[in-house]
This record gives sequence, structure tokens and C-alpha cells, in this order.
Amino acid sequence: MVRDVSFGQYFPGRSIIHRLDPRAKILMFIAYIVIIFCTFNYAALAVTTLFTAVFLVMTKIAPKFYVKSLKVIIFIVIFTSLLNLFYGTGNPIWQWGIIKLTMNGINRALFVSVRIICLILASSCLTFTTSPTELTDAIERLMKPLKVIRFPVHEVAMMMSLALRFVPTLLEETDKIMAAQKARGANMDSGNLLSRVKALVPILIPLFVSAFRRAYDIATAMECRCYRGGAGRTRMKSIHMGARDVIAFAVTALVIAGVIVCNIMMAAVV
Amino acid sequence: MSCILELKNLGFTYGKGTPFEKRAVNNVNLKINKGEFIGIIGHTGSGKSTLVQMLNGLIRPTDGQVFLDGKDIWEEPKQIRNVRFRVGMVFQYPEYQLFEETVYKDIAFGAINKGLTGDELDRAVRSAAKFAGVKENHLEKSPFDLSGGEKRRAAIAGVIAMEPDVLVLDEPTAGLDPMGREILLSQIVNYHKTRGNTVILVSHTMEDIARVADRIIVMNKSELVTFDDTKKVFAKGDMLSKIGLQVPQITNIMQDLKQRGFDVPDGVLTVDEAVAVLAPLMKREGATW
Repeated sequence: MVRDVSFGQYFPGRSIIHRLDPRAKILMFIAYIVIIFCTFNYAALAVTTLFTAVFLVMTKIAPKFYVKSLKVIIFIVIFTSLLNLFYGTGNPIWQWGIIKLTMNGINRALFVSVRIICLILASSCLTFTTSPTELTDAIERLMKPLKVIRFPVHEVAMMMSLALRFVPTLLEETDKIMAAQKARGANMDSGNLLSRVKALVPILIPLFVSAFRRAYDIATAMECRCYRGGAGRTRMKSIHMGARDVIAFAVTALVIAGVIVCNIMMAAVV
Repeated sequence: MSCILELKNLGFTYGKGTPFEKRAVNNVNLKINKGEFIGIIGHTGSGKSTLVQMLNGLIRPTDGQVFLDGKDIWEEPKQIRNVRFRVGMVFQYPEYQLFEETVYKDIAFGAINKGLTGDELDRAVRSAAKFAGVKENHLEKSPFDLSGGEKRRAAIAGVIAMEPDVLVLDEPTAGLDPMGREILLSQIVNYHKTRGNTVILVSHTMEDIARVADRIIVMNKSELVTFDDTKKVFAKGDMLSKIGLQVPQITNIMQDLKQRGFDVPDGVLTVDEAVAVLAPLMKREGATW
């Protein structure tokens, strides 16, 4: 079923990670993406991996949900690491026709798969511990400076939260429509590519129709409650940076420093 | 009478092996005969919808078997589509499944998947449209231009057009106005009478079920509570109210009269029946209007 995907889900909890300011979490996440792609040797990679592991443990969310979130991308991991494996430069260790294996290739394959896995784990960590409302709130606050160049910050954030809110609804709807079309003998699991694409039409059209209907409904409901955009709106829950966020920033800074030191001290392998 | 559907120790668990595990249907055993009109009643979340979705193989049971004409439907999983043509399923709010350019094409979708062509297809579509009450001049319109009730009729026609041996309807009258309900229900009854096929109707409206069903399946908390003749089921008003269901209003009144010492029979299900019983009684008692 479509619903079994745990990637991007929110698990309510009271762990220290849950209670961090969502803005802090987003900034840390951005910093993390940068670090993970700036690791050039195994020591640096180990530092970031350790950092990820500690973070995941601190969320107090069952490991199996993280494993589940990886299932979605396992194919991409295998594909890209295979690609890297055979495109390395340097002296081949093993060769068969045009296929050659080099130490550089092995390193690159390892690095790319660890990086992707860490990236997904970290983003799961962010979405597992941050509710969609918090997330969009934080994005809105972080993008506030863009108002200077007349970027519609509030509107974009509202669109994002509406979109997120409808993800589960639309998934459920997809399940229902699929069941109804299967009951009328729609064949979705066999046939060639063309017939499979054609088999999507009976699902996509009703889904679009209902998405538009829901959009109209929500627009009406918002107008009924006098929503007129961001100007002058206050919040029920305002977010505040606290001592724990400062500590989190400090830890992140330490990890960045650690990675930089590792990169300088030891030779790059990729 | 020959048996068309048989359920043996049928059970289903959602999300097996996860923390969200939930038993939706537990150990259901029953036999449904050819040509019967079966009603299914039960509270929201009692497992009715899961049960009916197992009848045509949309959900694969986690325990037990479903036999269609004596053959286990999951014996050959690749042939499950053929089961879906034989057990037609109309979901709740079926109007959201419409997608074709014209109503005619949409009704034909299932029949084409079944393999009908040419005159046979045309005949199946037109007779299905007639049974479901889709107007002739609506057939060439876009389904999205129809009203809610008309859309629903078109969607029901789309399932009837597959000419299934068993027609399952999950709350077909939900959200319709009283007039619309009445018409749709009488069309289903008419379909059952004319085709002589088995019909299974899931409903929350006891009055509707009481009027049309030969036998009733009562579900509560994933279990089958009773499966018996309509009159016998509704005679057990206490048992039904214990699980949060009601008997039709008129049945309640008649039971009350009986308790007060009047000579009235059990299991009066419709107002017409009640009038037939009460009119002579009132004459005898010398009551005046």
C-alpha cells in the first residue's frame, strides 16, 4: 500500500530533539548537508556518521522507522554506488574487458552510499521530530529577510503547509480510487510500459478532480474564517530560541571544526 | 438452493507485524446462496467494509478462505481479476471513480476490461444504465457535468455492466436525499428481481435493510454476531441495541404494543405490514379513529 511509506512522517514525542527550536533544526540540517559533502577522507566521514548516530539515538524513535525510511532510496544507493564503483580513476586492481575496479572507485562508491544514507537519515530525523506546522513556521521565519525583495514569504509558507496537510489525504484517496478501479477490472500490475502508463489514467483523473474539489473547499473555508494573507496575523504558538538551541549550535560547530581538521590533517581519498 | 459464496474461518489483520496491527475481521464462517438478497449491518469500524472487500479479492485475507462456486479465489492469485468480474463491488461514494469522457464510456470501462466487445458490450452498457436509472440522454454527456445523484447512478451502472454473479454495494444510498434513496433502493430491488443475481447490501439504514434483505449478517467488533432471516434478526431488538444498532422504528412500536398485552406478531418490519396487522385488530377492539 502507498500508506506504508514512513519517509516524511511526524512522530510526536518529548525528546530533546523534538523540543529544539525548528529554526535551529533547519539551520543545523543545512549545515549538515554541507558537511556531509565536504568529507574527503574516512576520519571525516566517521565524525559525521557518529554525529548522525548520536542524533538519531537522542530522538528516541524506534530504529525500525529509520530503517523503513531508507527502504525508499535503497535502489538509488545501489545504483549510484555501482556507477561510482566502475568509474574510478587510477590503477585497476581487477579488470574484465572494459570493466575495471580501482581503489578510487571502491572509495567513491562507499562515500557516495554513506553520504546518501546519512542524508536520508538526517532528513528523516528532521521530519520525524518536527511537526509540519512547526516546519513551515520555521521556514517562514527564516525566509523573512526575503520580504525586502518582495518575495511573498507568508504565502509560500502557507502553500507549503497546505500541501503537506494534504499528503496523507491524497494518499488515502489514491488507495480508495485504486481499489475502485481494480474492482472494475483495471489491470495495473502487468503488460508493457505503454499499457501500464495507460492504466494510470483511471486513477490520475479522479485524483486530480478530487484535488481541485478539495482546493476549492479549503479556499472557501479559509475565506469564511476571514483569512486575508499574512499582514497583521499573530501566532498561537510562537517559537523561541533557548539554551538548548545554543548548545545544539555549539555541537554542530564542533562537528564542522572536527571535519575540517580531519580534512586538513589527512589525505583525501575521494 | 446452491451456495455461491462460502467463507471459512475468514480473518484479516491490518498492518501485520507492525505496532499499528489491528484485527479487522475475525473468524467469519458463512454461506451465501445463489439469488439471495443479503444485508450487512454493523457499527462504523465493525469490519463490514473489510469483509466485503475480501469477497472479490481486493484484500487478501490473512487467515481462512473465500470460496466462489466452491473454488478458493486465491488458489491462483494471477486469476484474481476474473473473480472481480464475477463479484462486482460498488464502493462507498462511487461517484469519485468516474474518469472517462462520456458516461457511456465510463460505464463500459469494466465491461471492456472483462473482454466484452461490439453488440454484446453495447447491450451490457445500455441495460446496466437502465437498471441503475441513468437517463438515455446522459450517456453522451461528460460524467463531470452530472449532478451528485446522477454520478452515483452512473458509477453503479459501471459495475452492473460487468454482469457480475454477485453484486456488492457498500452504503449505496449514503448522502442522497430521501427521494434519491428511495429510487436507488427500488432500482436495486428491481435489478435483483429481474436478473435473479445475488445482491449483498451494506447499510446503516435499518429501514432499508429490513425492507429488501432476505437474510442479514450482523457484524460487531470484527466478529460475526448473527446471520439469520431478516425477521428473526430484528426480533432480537435487545441484542441489536446492546451492540449499538437499532431495529426499524415500526418494529419497535409493534414490540411495545406486544409488551402492553396486544395480540401482535413478532418481526413486523415495514409500515405496510403493520397496517395490515393493526387495522383488523383495531376494528376488533372497537377503537375509533
